[in-house]
Amino acid sequence: MARITHGLTTSHIPAVGATIDQGRTQEPYWKPLFDGYEWTKAWARENVPDVVILVYNDHASAFTPALVPTFALGCADEFPPADEGYGPRPVPVVPGRPDLAAHLAEGLILDEFDLTLMYDMPVDHGLTVPLSLIYGQPQAWPTTVIPLAVNVVQYPPPTGHRCFMLGQAIRRSVERFDENLNVHIWGTGGMSHQLQGPRAGFINQPWDHAFMDRLLKDPAELARMKHLEYVREAGAEGIELVMWLIMRGALGPEAEELHRFYHVPGSNTAVGHMVLRSAETPA
Amino acid sequence: MTSYTVEFDDIPGTRVFTASRAKSGYALNQFCMSLMKEANRERFKADERAYLDETTRMSQEQKQAVLDRDYNKMIDLGGQIYFLAKIFATDGLSYLQAVSTMTGMPVEEYQQMMISGGRSPEGWRSIKDGD
Ligand SMILES: [Fe+2]
Repeated sequence: MARITHGLTTSHIPAVGATIDQGRTQEPYWKPLFDGYEWTKAWARENVPDVVILVYNDHASAFTPALVPTFALGCADEFPPADEGYGPRPVPVVPGRPDLAAHLAEGLILDEFDLTLMYDMPVDHGLTVPLSLIYGQPQAWPTTVIPLAVNVVQYPPPTGHRCFMLGQAIRRSVERFDENLNVHIWGTGGMSHQLQGPRAGFINQPWDHAFMDRLLKDPAELARMKHLEYVREAGAEGIELVMWLIMRGALGPEAEELHRFYHVPGSNTAVGHMVLRSAETPA
Repeated sequence: MTSYTVEFDDIPGTRVFTASRAKSGYALNQFCMSLMKEANRERFKADERAYLDETTRMSQEQKQAVLDRDYNKMIDLGGQIYFLAKIFATDGLSYLQAVSTMTGMPVEEYQQMMISGGRSPEGWRSIKDGD
């Protein structure tokens, strides 16, 4: 059977992608941020999964104002990098995993998660920046990817509880897939940040640390947090953190932390990064 | 408006992008999406006013806010930052450069605030609690 063995969280800041693409990661401003991913890059070279289920949000790239799906699952053979206004990022096309995606679509919809299914979808910095942070600048990505796009742009986004339950359903569905596959799940976005209005630049470091602690130890309770608290305590764009709960739900009740990194700032944003192993994964 | 929506109005300096804002900002946000094509970016840069008049159904107020690059005003008129990002990308600006313009701080001062740990939550949580 297929199995979700590990989970990972990371911010997906667009300027981080531009910095990698322009070869500026060793500049004094950026070096501390990229140093925080060195442990993970080494770990990821030794632990290449068959598939990454990559939870992210589209930033008005694939989804125009005409269409606002709450959860959208990428079922295509491949996903091209989007042109977000600067031209597409110079990164490889992202290979999909259509057989597992079709299985997930069926399993999750029958499990009463009414997903939107995407067969033609460009992917923006929300998805490609995490791949670059973990896998660097390869000619081709070392793993296949199933994108799971979550609406955190238009209110209301899904509740944290709904996200957590979706993660649990993803775990059940993956385990019903016949082929032996090692699956990782990534939750991206966050941590505290606000990109709009007079309050822009908002960062809440103690809250971010508490969020990571609770995500590890007490995710079911964390999942009860209201949207209002995310916006009040983590800034308007801190709402992206609901996506981390999908990752956590998919790891099962207990998880072990392998690595954690936190840094301010990455452009306008607090960078948070965790690598977790499901307690059900053989060490 | 529901109580869900109203509660967010207590957070200072913040507009959440509700379904009703999405409706009022529809033409503005669709204009932004059009800038994802290089040919449209060129046409817009060549004559901004003509591009807005000929290709969009935005209100005069929305058009003026775009011409002024007044991002707070664009958000008040239904714009959302990830859509509006297509405008400042067309201008060759980063998120940090564009976002700083909404705070009333010079960009160097804004960046220094971020390097020093960001805007402190103190005083920025609640209008009614003054916190
Ligand atoms: Fe994001």
